[in-house]
Amino acid sequence: MSLSPVEGAARAEMEPAADPVKPDEQGIVGRSPGQLAWARLRRDRTAMVSGVVLVLFVVLALAAPLIAKLYGVGPNEQFQQLLDGNGMPLGYVGGITGDHWFGLEPRLGRDIFIRMIYGMRTSLFIAFAAALVTTAIGVAAGILAGFLGGIVDTVISWITDVALALPFLIFALAVVPTVGLRFYGPREEVPPAFQVIVLIGIFAAFGWTSTARLVRGQVISLREREFVEAARASGAGLGHMLFRQLLPNLWAPILVAFSLAVPSYITGEAALSFLGIGILEPTADFGRMIFQSIPYLQTDPAYVFFPGVTIFILVLAFNLLGDALRDALDPKSSR
Amino acid sequence: MTRFLVRRLLTAVLTLFAVSVLSFLMFFGLPRDPVSGMCPKNCNAERLERVREELGLRDPLPEQYANYMKGIVTGRDLGSSQGGRCDAPCLGYSYVNSEAVTDTLTRVVPVTLSIVIPAAVLWLVLGVGLGMISALRRGTLLDRLAIGFSLAGASMQLYFVGAVLLLIFTYNLRITPTPSYTSIFDNPVKWASGLVLAWICLAFLFSAIYARLSRAQMLETLSEDFVRTARAKGVVKRKVYGRHALRAAITPIVTIAGLDVGSALGGTVITETTFGIQGLGRTAVDAVRAGDLPTIMATVLISAVFIVVANIVVDLLYAAIDPRVRLR
Repeated sequence: MSLSPVEGAARAEMEPAADPVKPDEQGIVGRSPGQLAWARLRRDRTAMVSGVVLVLFVVLALAAPLIAKLYGVGPNEQFQQLLDGNGMPLGYVGGITGDHWFGLEPRLGRDIFIRMIYGMRTSLFIAFAAALVTTAIGVAAGILAGFLGGIVDTVISWITDVALALPFLIFALAVVPTVGLRFYGPREEVPPAFQVIVLIGIFAAFGWTSTARLVRGQVISLREREFVEAARASGAGLGHMLFRQLLPNLWAPILVAFSLAVPSYITGEAALSFLGIGILEPTADFGRMIFQSIPYLQTDPAYVFFPGVTIFILVLAFNLLGDALRDALDPKSSR
Repeated sequence: MTRFLVRRLLTAVLTLFAVSVLSFLMFFGLPRDPVSGMCPKNCNAERLERVREELGLRDPLPEQYANYMKGIVTGRDLGSSQGGRCDAPCLGYSYVNSEAVTDTLTRVVPVTLSIVIPAAVLWLVLGVGLGMISALRRGTLLDRLAIGFSLAGASMQLYFVGAVLLLIFTYNLRITPTPSYTSIFDNPVKWASGLVLAWICLAFLFSAIYARLSRAQMLETLSEDFVRTARAKGVVKRKVYGRHALRAAITPIVTIAGLDVGSALGGTVITETTFGIQGLGRTAVDAVRAGDLPTIMATVLISAVFIVVANIVVDLLYAAIDPRVRLR
């Protein structure tokens, strides 16, 4: 049952047009908002460049074991013979050679390039998973609060307020080690997969509030529109109203919120590592790598430079893409 | 108006209540023994028992909670090893710091205030100003520079920027002293010079976000009909931008600013750690590491208070800025 004209259009938005839209096409051709947005995005050079950069990062991260094989160095291999007596890498610029493209870590002598590739895998996985979970929870809570209103709205909004009032870092600091202790003894080693799940969980517990607020606001303004009324008049159930009538109209803000959430979790995970919680050694992790490198700012700047600049490019690309997406999906935008 | 305020205050109290219950359950209901962390180094079984007794950890949780809350409102008597009588906002006694938690807080809260308030003024003025200017001069070199600045700033890491600033200004150029806190009432110059790097660091990152946001808001407002109408009526450009457009554009920024300032006041953990300044955030982190329950509870509660108060202030500001918002 499709009463709303918006729905079909929005469905097209979910699956961007397969055939490229020619901007110069003569005559009047009907285009869905999704096709329009895609066309706008393709014309945006910044968006395309940052998109390509991101795809490159993701491919590098996914192909980490393959790259390790080709590169010939594993993430946990140590090259102590290439360090001097103080544990600093021999040679210039942090020990860059043909075998070690970005040099070696001081003290442990591990290869920085391959650790970055593996670290990116951990960080990107955590960030994407956390963004997915928080967006799902936020959308569900926001859509319910906005549509049902009344007591449901009051309760959900209040829970949002409470979650916003809790200091995230302090709670994370308290929860992460305790959860590890609860499932594994103090002597046991906590497996990396478990650490990852705990981190995603803590991000999910705190991160859903902003999406919920955003979606709630949007739903409140959509609630009184004719297509909702029409659906209600023809006897649509609650599930149909929420997910088939309202949700398709919300894809644009949700997509933007998602694309801006991912970089914030990348930096959030790095901040947690900075406080000493997060993914533990020897699993490679981007955030921890940066935090560990900072004491060497003066003695081995190359060690700080490579991970620092890479995370900057990664986050910048996400932010640029999020902005471009917002512009492309905004029907009012003139670009 | 009064009705709105009363209702708002009631929800605020309810929120704080939920926060306190939640954090109490979290920290006091933990599986590990809360005492072992709090005991001084030379701890024997007998002393551990006494500490447990004095903290009332044998009582059921609801009773412990009730006692804790009573302490905040009316004060309560603590055991002799905890300094005896503890006056009205009593937040308990920390064995780790060997002092009442209230004393710790009165020492560290001014530090965080000194970091956040000047930084917030700086980032709001800089961020909103930059955003407005680049919106009005859209497409010019200035606009592009401002966008570049804000995108770069929003993608950087606080501790990274902090470490670089420290290296350049403190260790290499020796312009600024090693970051430290001095009370503004003792020596304002030393106060400012000790914290200036932290201000710059926070302001740089936050102003970037605000510049982006206010530019987008201002651009949207400038394309609204009422701006065109005002211009068509012959109102001077400066007046239209300054009075009509700015007012409309700034409302969503106020919301976000309120939340940001509120949560920053609750402890700028990363900034304080980067610059080695002992404020509320550092204290909270240290307390969590040491398992110092009374201090953890107090820091969580006080940062929740900051956020809740900031939210109320935002609501009131809203009404002042936007006459359409009627507080019901």
